[in-house]
Amino acid sequence: MTGELQTIWVYLAASPLLSLTLTLLAYIAGQWLHEKSGQNPLVNPVLLAVLALVALLTVTDTDYASYFQGAQFVHFLLGPATVALAIPLYRQVHRVKDSAIAIIVAVICGSLTAVTTAVAIAWALGASEQTILSMAPKSATTPVAMGIAEQLGGLPSLTAAAVILTGIVGAMAGSSLLTLVQIRDSRARGLAMGVASHGIGTARALQMNEVAGAFSGLAMGLNALATAVLVPVLLRLFW
Amino acid sequence: MLNFFALILACQLAGEVFVVATKVPLPGPVIGMVILFLGLLLKGGVPDGLQKLGAGLLSQLSLLFVPAGVGVMLHAELVGTELLPIAVSLVVSTLVTLVVTGWVMQRLSTRAGQ
Repeated sequence: MTGELQTIWVYLAASPLLSLTLTLLAYIAGQWLHEKSGQNPLVNPVLLAVLALVALLTVTDTDYASYFQGAQFVHFLLGPATVALAIPLYRQVHRVKDSAIAIIVAVICGSLTAVTTAVAIAWALGASEQTILSMAPKSATTPVAMGIAEQLGGLPSLTAAAVILTGIVGAMAGSSLLTLVQIRDSRARGLAMGVASHGIGTARALQMNEVAGAFSGLAMGLNALATAVLVPVLLRLFW
Repeated sequence: MLNFFALILACQLAGEVFVVATKVPLPGPVIGMVILFLGLLLKGGVPDGLQKLGAGLLSQLSLLFVPAGVGVMLHAELVGTELLPIAVSLVVSTLVTLVVTGWVMQRLSTRAGQ
C-alpha cells in the first residue's frame, strides 16, 4: 500500500463503522450465495460470513478486539432478539400447553444425549480432560455453556467456539436429517433444533415455520436450564 | 415502535437483574423472554407494533451470531491441537441429539394427540 492508502486504512480500521459494514456485507453475500444455491442448508450464510471475515482479518492483520468495536452493535441485538422469542412462543401457547409433558421429557432426553455423547466421543478419541469438560455443555446457549465450563474446570473460550460450531452444524444438517428419519411434526423439528443447537438452530427453525420457531426458542431456554443442572451432576457420577 | 423497543430492553434488563440477584444458571435475555411471555399472557394478545418489531428482530437472527462466530478464530489454534476428537464429538453429538430429541417429541406428542 502507498503511504496515503495506508493512512486511510489505519483511520478506517480504527472506526467501528468499517467492521460493522463489513459484517453486514459479508452476511448479505452469504445470503445471496444461499439463495443462488437453491437455499441449500449446507451453504450456510453464518458460516460463509464468518469464514470471509476471518480471512479478511487475517490478511489485514486486524485483531478481534478492534473488529468487535464495530461488530458489537450487531452482537448486542442478540439479547433483545432472544427476548422477542416470547412473541412466537405466545402465539403458539395452545400447542405448548397441549404437549407440555412431551416437551419436558424430550428436552431432558435431548440434553442428556447431547452431554453424554459429546463427553463419551471426545474421551474415546483421546481428548484431554480440559477439552472433554469444555465440550460437555456445547449444546447450551453461549453464556450458560461458558459458565458451566468455567465451573467444571474446562476452558470457557474453547466452549464458546464449540457452542458456535455446534449451532452451525445443527443449522446446516438439522432440516435434512430430521426429514431423513421421518420427523415431520413441526413441534418435534423445532424442539430438536433448539435443544441440539440453541439460538443458531432457532434462527433456522424460524425459517421453517412459526411453530418450529416457537418450539425451538422454548427448547433453547429449557435446555440451558437442563444442561446447567445435568452436567455437574453427570460428571460427578461418572468422572 | 420506540415504546416497544424500550419494552423489550426493559424485559432484558429485568432479566439480567433477576439473574444477578438469584444466581439462577440462565442468561438474562432468556429470563427476559419469560418476563415478556408472562406479560403477553396477562395482556392476552400481542400489540401490532410489538409483533412488527419482534418479526424484524427475528427475521435476521442468524446475522446476530456472526461476530461471535468470528471470535471462534481466536481459538483456532486451540482446536487445532485436538482437531479430531473435537470435530467428531461436536458433529456426531449434535446429529444424535437432533434425532433423539425430535424422535422422543414426535412419539410422545403423537400419542398425546390420539
